[in-house]
Amino acid sequence: MVKRRTFLDSLLGIGFVSTALSVFYPVLRFVIPPANAEPATDSIIAGKISEFKNNSGALVKFGTKPAILVRTSDGDFKAFTAVCTHLECTVQYKPETSQIWCACHNGLYDLAGNVVSGPPPRPLEAFTVNLRGEPGQEDVVISRT
Amino acid sequence: MTQHVLAWLDERLDISGLRAFIAEKTVPRHRHSVWYYMGGITLFLLGVQVASGILLLLYYRPSAAEAYESVQFIVSQVEFGWLIRNVHSWSANLLILMAFVHLFSTFFLRAYRKPRELTWITGVLLLFIMMGFGFSGYLLPWNELAFFATKVGTGIAGAVPVVGDFMVRFLRGGDEVTGATLTRFYGIHVAILPAITTVLIGVHLLLIQRQGMSVPPSVEKRAKAGEKIPQEPFFPNYVLHDVMWWYVALAVLAALALFLPWELGRKADAFAAVPAGIRPEWYFLAMFQTLKLIPSHIFGLEGEMLGVMGFNVAALFLLLVPFIDRKAAAGAPSRIVTATGILAVIYLIVFTIYGYFAA
Repeated sequence: MVKRRTFLDSLLGIGFVSTALSVFYPVLRFVIPPANAEPATDSIIAGKISEFKNNSGALVKFGTKPAILVRTSDGDFKAFTAVCTHLECTVQYKPETSQIWCACHNGLYDLAGNVVSGPPPRPLEAFTVNLRGEPGQEDVVISRT
Repeated sequence: MTQHVLAWLDERLDISGLRAFIAEKTVPRHRHSVWYYMGGITLFLLGVQVASGILLLLYYRPSAAEAYESVQFIVSQVEFGWLIRNVHSWSANLLILMAFVHLFSTFFLRAYRKPRELTWITGVLLLFIMMGFGFSGYLLPWNELAFFATKVGTGIAGAVPVVGDFMVRFLRGGDEVTGATLTRFYGIHVAILPAITTVLIGVHLLLIQRQGMSVPPSVEKRAKAGEKIPQEPFFPNYVLHDVMWWYVALAVLAALALFLPWELGRKADAFAAVPAGIRPEWYFLAMFQTLKLIPSHIFGLEGEMLGVMGFNVAALFLLLVPFIDRKAAAGAPSRIVTATGILAVIYLIVFTIYGYFAA
């Protein structure tokens, strides 16, 4: 036989616990950031073709992350995510060796995005580059492949 | 194990002294005791404001370019974001309502009389701070209504003689209501006012614990005549009663937040025409309506200036009530004070309703 007091005490306890749960559940869901916190970017215009010299690199904003646009000595365009696969530092173009270099831990990538030396575990993610518009006045368009 | 931890803490913090204090503490019971719980409800709602406010900070962005969008993001993208925002907005309104109820109940029960003058003063200051919270928080979603209401509201400060122009610039962070005002109001809302509130609440609660509950003069007279006033233990009896009232407040708050969502409206645009039906939050409506009714010039003085000065004098009177009402300290309720209080309540209710429908 359960005592009246014990019964009432546990009823009160259950009430408090349910209140706490019904408060903390929405709070917990609220603090978890939604998956689509920022809209995903699929394509950007980096600039006019005339803005990029041969054997040079430029960092452009691709959604929330930087991308690196490289114009090779032959005048071809290549684009990669500019985020090093090692510890997410932003990489840069090295015109002397025609390589992509990460200054944080001396990681080196070739112009196909593959790791040449240093600690990066994976190649850089490559983007597609297209030229659009009048000849000589084309926009350089970078898109996710 | 628990005993061990308690003994360890006790040795350092003298918890048993505190426990003995709580165990011995009693609260008087009489026909007006129900008003004691109003302060507790106000405190509970303040806790809700602090918690929900901190949560909103996780996503809110205080700039003219992003504020509106971030609130939109909170209510549409973040899970339960609509709930947290509705709770914060509704709880703010209930908090001010309960603070007024608490203020007038302590006023009519003469709880401010000696030795509780400081409790009264900190309480009145807290009410002003809560209204400051309401005013500064109203702008933060950066929507049309809030933008123009802030323009009008800060403009009223300009009616104060001598320092008016300085105050307008100081409040707005410039000559106009802009993104600079938003950033400023944000800082006031989440840092300056909370800091002041923490100190005032601390003193307010400490005084209440230290001096115990005030009993109304009528009950005090009976006690002096030798009658024994029934007491109830603070813990657990009074605390459980308190919690019961918190549940009532929580139920009302949850119902409002669920069934009456707070609108976001349209994004503020400094170059748009003022929308029709613009009015401040309800707790400023009585003042708003009064200012609308005052003629533009009285005896060669600007009407608005007189109105604003009138409110300032009224606020000062409210703050100094314990020193004005000398009779209460002697245990004799003054008819004039009661009549003034009743008139003030009637004025606030009538003008709030009038302002609501006139706008």
